[in-house]
Formats: sequence, C-alpha cells, structure tokens
Amino acid sequence: MEYIILILAGILFATAIYNILQKQLLRIIIGTVLLSHGAHLVILTMGKLKRGQPPILDDSVITYTDPLPQALILTSIVISFGITSLLLVLAYRTAKENNTDNMEEMRGEANE
Amino acid sequence: MSNLAILPIIIPMLAGIIVAFTNKNVALTRVLTQVFAVISLLVAAFVTYTVFTDGSIILETGDWKAPYGIILVADELSILLILTTNIIAAATAFYAPHSLTLKQETHYYYTFFFLLITGVSGAFLTGDLFNLFVFFEVLLMASYALIVLGGEKIQLRESIKYVLINLFSSMLFVTAVALLYGVLGTINMAQIAQRVAEVEQRGILTTIGILLFFVFGTKAALFPLYYWLPRPYIVPNPVVSALFGALLTKVGIYSILRVFTLIFVHKIEITHEAFIWIAGLSMIFGVIGALSTNNIKLIIAYNIIPAIGFIIMGIGIFNQEALSGSIYYLVHDMIIKCALFLLVGVIAYVAGTSDLRKMHGLIHHYPVLGWLLFISAFILAGIPPFSGFIGKLALLRGALSSEEIAITIIALLSSLLILYSVMKIFIRGFWGEKDETIEYKEKASLGLVLPIVFLLGFSVFLGIGAEFVYPAVDGIAEYLLDPQIYIDSVLKE
Repeated sequence: MEYIILILAGILFATAIYNILQKQLLRIIIGTVLLSHGAHLVILTMGKLKRGQPPILDDSVITYTDPLPQALILTSIVISFGITSLLLVLAYRTAKENNTDNMEEMRGEANE
Repeated sequence: MSNLAILPIIIPMLAGIIVAFTNKNVALTRVLTQVFAVISLLVAAFVTYTVFTDGSIILETGDWKAPYGIILVADELSILLILTTNIIAAATAFYAPHSLTLKQETHYYYTFFFLLITGVSGAFLTGDLFNLFVFFEVLLMASYALIVLGGEKIQLRESIKYVLINLFSSMLFVTAVALLYGVLGTINMAQIAQRVAEVEQRGILTTIGILLFFVFGTKAALFPLYYWLPRPYIVPNPVVSALFGALLTKVGIYSILRVFTLIFVHKIEITHEAFIWIAGLSMIFGVIGALSTNNIKLIIAYNIIPAIGFIIMGIGIFNQEALSGSIYYLVHDMIIKCALFLLVGVIAYVAGTSDLRKMHGLIHHYPVLGWLLFISAFILAGIPPFSGFIGKLALLRGALSSEEIAITIIALLSSLLILYSVMKIFIRGFWGEKDETIEYKEKASLGLVLPIVFLLGFSVFLGIGAEFVYPAVDGIAEYLLDPQIYIDSVLKE
C-alpha cells in the first residue's frame, strides 16, 4: 500500500513540475496545487498506512495509527489552501494589470 | 521564567492585531506601532540579557514534555538574532510613516509588518522542524502582502514570481520534513540530531540533508538559486525592501546554520565541502550582478548575495573561528543591509529616479546623505574599524587555518568589488556638478535620516565595541560546534 501511494505521489510531483514549467499563469498555479497534494501524500505515507485503527494512545488500544502525520498534514493543507487562494487573486490582478497571462511576457526590462 | 521565550513572538503578534483595529486612525496607528516596536525591542534586550547570564531558555508549550510537544528554544544564537531583528523593526517603524503613502498605510502595512516580525522571531526560536516550516509560512504570508502593497503593475508582475518560487520551496520543505519523519520518527530538532548521531548519518539522511539545504538555499538566495531575488526586492516601498533584505534571506541562512551545525554534522566532507564552493560562486556571481547595473536599488539587492556567500563560507569551513565570523557577519549584515536599503530609498526619493546615469551632484544638496552612504559603503565592504571588518577577519583567519586558500582569495577580491559597487553610487550620484533641477525636499530631512543613523550607530558599535561583542559570539560558535549541549538542554537527560 505504501509503495502505491508513494508512486502516486511521484506521479503528482512529475505532473506538477510539468505544469509549473508551462508559460500560462493558471497552469503554473494548478502545478503548485498538484505539488502540494504530492507533498501531503508523502507526509501521510510516512506515518505508515493502517486501516481501522484510532489515532489515539490509550490503555485499551493496542495498535494505533500514528497521529503526528495527521496533525502535520492538516496544518500543511490549511497553509497551502490559503496560499493557493492568495495566488489565484494575485494571478488574476497581475493578468489584468499587465494584459497578459504569459510568463514569457512578464520578464521586465533592464534598469527600470 | 521559561515563558520569556515566547514574548518575542507574542508581542509583535498582539501588536499586529491591535493596529489592525486602529487602522482608520492613521496617526494613532503610527504612534502605537512605534510604541510596540520599542517595547518589543526592550523586551528582546531583557530576554537577551537573561539568556546570556543564565543560559538557554526552553519553553515546552502546553507543558508537553520535549520531544513530544512543540518547544521553543531561546539559546544565545537565536536570541542574538531576535535582538537584531527587533533593532531593525524599531528603525523601520520610525522610517515607515515618512516613506509610505497614506494609501499603503491604510492598507494594513503596520499589521503585516508586525506579522512579519512574528514569523521571523518564531523561525529563530522554534526547536521543531515542522514548526520552522509553519513560521516560515507566517513570515512569507506577511511578505506576500507587503510586496504587493500599493498594487502597481510592476509590483504585481514581480510578486507573482516571488510567491511561486517560495511556494515551490515550501512544498519541498514539507516533503523533506516528511521524509525525515519517515526515517527517524521525530521532528524535534534535538531528537533528530540525537538519532542521526546514533545511526552515523547514513546515505539517505545525507540526501534529506541536501534536500533541506536546497530549500533553505532557495530562501537564502545562494548560488545557483539566487536568480529570483534581486527584482522582487526592489519593487516595493524602500521600507519593505529594507525589511526583506535584512530579514528574509537571513532566516534561510539561520536555518542552514542551525541544521548543519546541529543535525547533519557527520558527513562534513560531502556537505560542508560543497558549501565552500557554493559560497565562492555566490560571491562571484553576486558581485558581478551588483556591478552590472545602474539601478541603485538593484546594486544593493545584488549585494545581498555575496553577503550570504560570506556567511555560508564560515559554515562550510566549520571551525570555531570561521563560525564565529559567520555569526558576527550575519548580525552585521542584517543591520547594514537594512540601513543601505533605507538609504538608497531616500536617495531615489530625493533624486526622483533610481537610475544612476540620471543623477549627479547630490552632495551639494544633501551632504549628510552623502556621508552616510560613504560610511555605509565602508561598513559593508569591511574597512576597519567598522563591523564588517571584524566578521571578515574572523572568517578569513578561520579559512586560512583550515588551509582554504582559494576561497580566501575570492573573498578578498569580492570585498574590493563590493566596495567599488557601492562607491559607484557615491562617486556618480554625489560628486560632480551641482544639479540645479533638484529641489530641496524638506520631507527628506530628519524623519528619514534618523533611523539610518540609529542603525549605522549599531554597526559602528559592532566594529569599535568588538571587544565586548566578539567574546560572546565566539562562545556561541563554541556552543554550536558541540551539538550535544543543545540536545542535552532540550531533552534534559
């Protein structure tokens, strides 16, 4: 199970990087979203995937799921969610002000 | 007493929230900002005094014992950087009202300013690798807001690149932390260090270490990852540029300093040897960048890169003298970069342009500005008796005692070129015929210059008062070279 998820994370990373290397602004943002999904899957897998066990440590519970990766993943999801929404607004404003969503045309000139 | 460790995080955060409520009343907001910045500086000074007399303060938040809960570690290195951060915050708090437009001020500049300080302080204080990521995000979020403040075309264009590169490296950071957790089963830095030492840093750990170096190197703008830095740093208001130049890259370099003196110290021949090469290349390419442009703001922005090179050089050489040189240079560079960014902000304001080819003879109108720039250039390049000299001297002595001749020569040459790149502003901008078209601007007088004088005062003190400061910094270097002290102080074994 862990291997499948890790391979999936790898595929997500690959597609993310392909998208980030595109010129269109929105595609780049989709790339970053995919990248964060890949990273979150890696976190989840690092705590070992087990089904049907509670993430708590109690005397009556003998086998338990590691709660730490779940705490980390939640924090990380919230952060990437916030940044993605900020990025979308920023991209919208940038495209409107500069009249282009092509990164090639946003290089800028020397000495401005 | 251990609650003292959280004060440098809590005070700016509360201040940021309070000034958000007074936002409509700009005069009150300004006063509150300055009061809070001074309070924060005084508290930081008190905590620093406590740490230097009584030893590290370790706060286990929520009384969760380390290594299970989140801990804050105020050791001598972190607290020294916190004090420097607060000095910079105080100076910029007094500079900001004279530099920002009313629109920028009412668009919550002061709130984001305090949140930036919160994030930076948190990143310096935390003893937990994932928490470091969280504080990175706090300061980056604030910086995203600050960089677009004003919403001009060029700002939006550059900020999107800035956000994207930082988002990318943040995601790599999370992945690296996850991998480290998978291998070692902990994210507490002291426990990571302990476990890495137990398994003698096998190949996979070195790989994760290099991945972390890549992440921090992107944030710190090291060769070859510096390409994103110069332009986004010059588009916002000078006071924002000053905060970025002084603080953001330095958080990255602090993280490298912490991680590669505490955790990944068992394969020095792979990691630290590479740092020396990267340091040399950062110096060369940064200086070439600074010489290549006629935009005075870009000259200063490019000068960040060789400074980072000097600091990483000390970490690469990894003996006590070089490390203390690195720390000294880090503190020195935070202050002088802030002062220089503020200074070129004033110069660009009074000259009406930041293009060096279009300005001359400013010294006839603004003699004080001219001499401040002259002194700053000396401090930056490391002319004795100023602070840059002490840091560079320690670095070079460390390099020579480890027989790293090539890097010594590169460091000395690039110092000369750094001096030339800033002196160019003085020679071309301030010398020459009096420019009759420039009108004397009253606004440029006291309010903008005093914060710069304040910062330069600290720089001069760091140089002339090195006898007081250097032993403390040397003590920190000794402490960093023995990770066991940190581990024991956190895990209390």
